[in-house]
Amino acid sequence: MFYREAGDFKTSYVEDSQTFPLRLDRRAYYVLLAVAFGVVPLFINDYWANAVFVPFLIYAIAALGLNILTGYCGQVSLGTGGFMAVGAYSVYKLMTAFPDVSIVIHILLAGLITAGVGLLFGLPSLRIKGFYLAVATLAAQFFLVWLFNKVPWFYNYSASGQISAPERTVLGHAVTGPNTTAAAKYLICLTLLFALAWLARNLTRGAFGRKWMAIRDMDIAAEIIGVNPLTAKLSAFAVSSFYIGVAGALLFSVYLGAAEVGEAFGIQKSFLVLFMVIIGGLGSIFGSFAGAAFMVLLPVLLKNVLVGQLGWATDLAAHIELMIVGGLIVTFLIVEPHGLAQLWRLTKEKLRLWPFPH
Amino acid sequence: MKKTLTAIALAIGLATPAMADLMIPNLSYRTGPYAANGVPYADGFTDYFTLLNERDGGIGGEKVVVTECETAYNTEKGVECYEATKGQGALVYNPLSTGITYQLIPKVTADNIPLYTPGYGRTSAANGKVFANVFNYPANYWDGASIIIKDILNRNGGDISGKKIALVYHNSAYGKEPIRTLEELAKKHGFELTLLPVDHPGQEQKSQWLQIRRERPDYVIMYGWGVMNAVAIQEAVNIRYPMDQFYGIWWSGSENDVLPAGEGANGYRMISFHGTGSDYPVYQDLKKYVYDAGKAAGDGSNPGNVLYSRGMYAAMVIAEAIRTAQELAGHSNVTPAEVRDGFEALNLTEERLAELGLPGFSQPIQASCEDHGGPGTAMIFQWDAAAKKWNPASDWLASDSEIIDPLIAEDSAAFAAENGIAERCN
Repeated sequence: MFYREAGDFKTSYVEDSQTFPLRLDRRAYYVLLAVAFGVVPLFINDYWANAVFVPFLIYAIAALGLNILTGYCGQVSLGTGGFMAVGAYSVYKLMTAFPDVSIVIHILLAGLITAGVGLLFGLPSLRIKGFYLAVATLAAQFFLVWLFNKVPWFYNYSASGQISAPERTVLGHAVTGPNTTAAAKYLICLTLLFALAWLARNLTRGAFGRKWMAIRDMDIAAEIIGVNPLTAKLSAFAVSSFYIGVAGALLFSVYLGAAEVGEAFGIQKSFLVLFMVIIGGLGSIFGSFAGAAFMVLLPVLLKNVLVGQLGWATDLAAHIELMIVGGLIVTFLIVEPHGLAQLWRLTKEKLRLWPFPH
Repeated sequence: MKKTLTAIALAIGLATPAMADLMIPNLSYRTGPYAANGVPYADGFTDYFTLLNERDGGIGGEKVVVTECETAYNTEKGVECYEATKGQGALVYNPLSTGITYQLIPKVTADNIPLYTPGYGRTSAANGKVFANVFNYPANYWDGASIIIKDILNRNGGDISGKKIALVYHNSAYGKEPIRTLEELAKKHGFELTLLPVDHPGQEQKSQWLQIRRERPDYVIMYGWGVMNAVAIQEAVNIRYPMDQFYGIWWSGSENDVLPAGEGANGYRMISFHGTGSDYPVYQDLKKYVYDAGKAAGDGSNPGNVLYSRGMYAAMVIAEAIRTAQELAGHSNVTPAEVRDGFEALNLTEERLAELGLPGFSQPIQASCEDHGGPGTAMIFQWDAAAKKWNPASDWLASDSEIIDPLIAEDSAAFAAENGIAERCN
């Protein structure tokens, strides 16, 4: 009944290869965009922005980045936290060194710097694969955190080693610093996420994406049919690190406002983003969003229900919350090893046949 | 997705309690690697307000509602807790985390809510001219470092030139705080300072203690928190480092830290800006109105220990500041801005402490527009492993303001310049 192509005629190749070939899907997408850009900013308050939307949007960017590397190119990375730290410290150094340049440019530059660092740490991927590569990226994680802790230049020689974001504006509205309105925070993250997700979607279904997927599926075969593993793997590392760098820059400057490398960008952040990608679905753009939503929103939801509604003690609720989230992750992966994205795909298949399945 | 959002909307909508009474959020941590220290503090904090509610009917006739929010010592959860409680009319924040404090300083300043960080947080917040909404009396990290050095000086007849002192610190904003002060003090007194960082969470300290074993510093100072403390004390016992030459800042000297090392920890020295133990008269009231009434927070095993006393100290100062605010405002249902004024006008005398059932518990505080840092005095305590209690090992010692005041002026001026803040109180 839903999701039928019947009557949805395509008369050109462009129409045939669009992201949302079904009219229903396309309309739902435009409605979602309109609500996200036009309606939510009118109603959003500090709580909704800081506890729900902003972390979700930022982690979605990070998950997109890791999904390009791990999901599309098949290179496992445990260095996400370290690369986010590169983004955060780059944007901090740029913000304080060039206060007159727009923060948006700084965030994108921070992404580019992270891409460079990612490229460097991606070099071992040409020789080592699988678990061995995971260990090499783990080394990147620990090295980068150590570096930002050790060298005072990165934190402008502050006594405590903390970096804090000064106020910067976009079109006259503060987007960093304490006077930022909820809507401004939300809109800057949403705009960047929209642009980056659009780019990711189009990269992954173009020549680059096909090369990455060829390497992922079987690197020797890919090499034989003419895919250069050097450019394919390194481009995946660079693009992925760019996304993760932007996410790190936003996490520090827009969301947290102050950060300390060991606490904010430790190994647990690498695992968090990896879980998002695995739970959402490897090699899926929608999966990155679904995974980020699952990992960011579920703990907040559980906390509000257990403490706010049921009135449980906070420590009990925190422990139960860990158990529930952990249990759900295991259950989800047993029921559907390909993540939430596959679940969504199956739901769509079922909806097409509903109410008369075979 | 839509379903999730609707469910969240439902949950949050029902979760928001009515705005009434005096709302005090307690950003605590009862889970994670720092829970062992977070639990007694949170219990002491909550129990004191329960006592005020049960015995006096609140503060100035207004009941106190303590809303607990779990942060797990994690800055992101801290932000979430701040935003969740801010809208409910929170009067003052006390997050017990230097990392969360750094994040909240700009936020509370924009929202005009006071932030009270006794003995932690950003040290230069002692300068009220720059930090209007942050209060860290009665003592800060730099006072602590200076007082420890002063005790070492006293024990060496005033001369420690050429001595070697090692700082074992939590490699975070908190642990790095005293470095600059100790460097200045090293210049002044001619001792040699070795820095030994320990990474979060601090279970792995073998290499640091190997270095201490090799270099044999005359004194070791520790700025640790959570599991790091107990591990460090155990390691010191293992290498037979003389315990009475090992000093902990107030966050590294609780029963949880020394008990695991057993007899070996005997003689460990700790600095505190308040007394400890349950010999104060206030405990009779606590027993009558809170513990025996079954209203104690947590499992009730903590009363009287160091961190419980500190949680109670923080609660007591907050309650006194709210009382001052009520007197100033002339009505009992005070706003966060009025509580801020109350903090600034706080005059906690020794007589008042005795009235509260805490005679000699801490030093008097007289805050002012410029002075948000308090007297900067503290005492040294020494652990008696056989009796399982802390014994005072010095009088109240004052910090070296000759060293600390210029450092505070410098750091707060840097913050003011970075954030474009004009000095107040002129």
